[in-house]
Amino acid sequence: MRFVPVVAFLLLLPLLPGSALASERFPPPDFETGYKQPQTITPHARWPVLEYLDVFVLAGALGLSAYLVMKKRSRRGIAALSIFSLAYFGFYRQGCVCAIGSIQNVALGLMGSGYHVPFSVVAFFLLPLLFALFFGRTFCAAVCPHGAIQDVVLLRPLRVPGWLEHTLGLLAYIYLGAAVVFAATGSAFILCEYDPFIALFRLTGSFEMVTLGVCFLVIALFVGRPYCRFLCPYGVLLGLLSRVSKYRVTIYPDKCIKCRLCEDSCPYGAIREPTPEPVAVGRAAGRKTLLLFMALLPVLIAIFSWMGVGIGPSLARSNATVRVAERVWREDTGKASGTTKASSAFRYTGQPPQKLYKEALQIGRRFRTAGGLFGAWVGLVIGLKLIALSVKRRRFEYEADRAACVACGRCYPYCPEEHVRLKALAEIMAKEAVT
Amino acid sequence: MAEGENSKGRREFINGGLRGAMLMGFGALTGLLLDRGQAEDTVWQIDPDLCTQCGNCATYCVLEQSAVKCVHAYVMCGYCDLCTSYFEPQPNALNTGAENQLCPTGAIRRTFVEDPYYQYTIDESLCIGCAKCVKGCTTFGNGSMFLQVRHDRCLNCNECSIAKVCPSRAFRRVPASQPYLLKVKPHAG
Ligand code: SF4
Ligand code: SF4
Ligand code: SF4
Repeated sequence: MRFVPVVAFLLLLPLLPGSALASERFPPPDFETGYKQPQTITPHARWPVLEYLDVFVLAGALGLSAYLVMKKRSRRGIAALSIFSLAYFGFYRQGCVCAIGSIQNVALGLMGSGYHVPFSVVAFFLLPLLFALFFGRTFCAAVCPHGAIQDVVLLRPLRVPGWLEHTLGLLAYIYLGAAVVFAATGSAFILCEYDPFIALFRLTGSFEMVTLGVCFLVIALFVGRPYCRFLCPYGVLLGLLSRVSKYRVTIYPDKCIKCRLCEDSCPYGAIREPTPEPVAVGRAAGRKTLLLFMALLPVLIAIFSWMGVGIGPSLARSNATVRVAERVWREDTGKASGTTKASSAFRYTGQPPQKLYKEALQIGRRFRTAGGLFGAWVGLVIGLKLIALSVKRRRFEYEADRAACVACGRCYPYCPEEHVRLKALAEIMAKEAVT
Repeated sequence: MAEGENSKGRREFINGGLRGAMLMGFGALTGLLLDRGQAEDTVWQIDPDLCTQCGNCATYCVLEQSAVKCVHAYVMCGYCDLCTSYFEPQPNALNTGAENQLCPTGAIRRTFVEDPYYQYTIDESLCIGCAKCVKGCTTFGNGSMFLQVRHDRCLNCNECSIAKVCPSRAFRRVPASQPYLLKVKPHAG
């Protein structure tokens, strides 16, 4: 007897409208035994205050890092702090919330799509940038878990030739542009999706992601911080701000005696040597190339933005709505047979396709604009790089390149002046201890 | 050296100006970000009316054990003896024998209430969020079982890995103060 409703229902099934949205097929019983119906439980997230703790730890670590880099000049302190950051932001917080990823939240938030950027994400985006404006890349030195994990595995840094360093360095700018495009159009957070270390921090993840992480670490044994130098989009922002920072990392405590001892001490290729006295002939030729590149800049921007508009539609396919709309349209116009999971899921909702098409077209248009802007950005970056390479600024001493230096402090102990300073410091300490 | 000192001073002056401009930019950005949109943090949740029980939830979560679990809205349940989310399509017998159960991990507990009604309870520590039971309940039953992101487990990833692959676009960000999209009793008829 109890089967009757089920059997009857199965027979009736073909007659029911296509959408199988919840319906009351079996009326809830009236219990006679005083049975108490349980409540559906809705467990809450643990500890929302942790968010503020993260921001607090971040601010503290940034401050400490700036102190260790600028004032204390202690490589050991920096290393210790970066291990702490790796443990806390990396393994304990599992790499989330993170400054690198926050770029995307900010981009999405600024698009006014109704997405609200959480307080902690705003803080993670802005605090390191603020510190970079005053102290250079102290975030990279000892706070970023991504930087730290690459820093600790560094074994035998190889020298990356200048031209390769400059070329690969452009990747980070392009990656930044792409991340902003995909985030701002509400399509994907590619920085999170392809983050090489997150799977290691979480100690779980898809096979590809774990492999990617391991590959990066293996490369990092021989090429210092490959992600930081060639890919990190946040490093791009930090580098730009560091160029105008109030204080900068100096290899020497107060003066450079040009002893050349530090020349090869930077595993990240950030040390620039003093320029030789300029030769008059070379200068004129240099000026010519500079003018040429300056004229080339708008051309590059135009070409690349034109290409960007062109690739807009294919970029748009990264958006789930666009993908479904395209599929549904192809099915409806007989251009494709059968259904996909996504298209049948759309039909299951019973919504008219017109609304979906409209939505998709709108996103598509946004992608055209975004593609154009992305192209312009790529052109601008390449053009400016060419210009920067042909501008010969004079250097009178050994310098840590403001943008490239991640403030790891490895060069400090190579400077003989540093040893003089430390000795003097020790003497003062000893005197104070006596009195 | 004098030339060097000179250009140094000039550079620092320009840098100072740029820094000031940047600082103002940061200020504006902060204001804009904190002002925009709904002023509340969000978490990920599944809209049970859109979910098509594809099974991705079980495998795509970044956690070893998915943060998505089957949830039971008892008010909607018919307390059927032949529960289509508990039993295999053609069960040998209507009892708790493992071979009759649909759930691959045996996470649904069947307890007798009164003739002919049974209560079905989900043991979330066993549930893997595979949506098999949800499918059974939605297609043949009252649809009282559905998937939800459990926030005591969910890491609230910046972009949910399941949301990215959900064919039904059923995931969305919901206000953190109302983190569940529970099914409620449908109107009769
Ligand atoms: S460059 Fe990027 S990944 Fe490297 S330490 Fe800096 S923020 Fe982190
Ligand atoms: S991925 Fe989407 S459709 Fe698939 S089970 Fe999860 S919520 Fe449902
Ligand atoms: S947000 Fe992350 S932890 Fe939560 S359900 Fe999605 S993938 Fe799993």
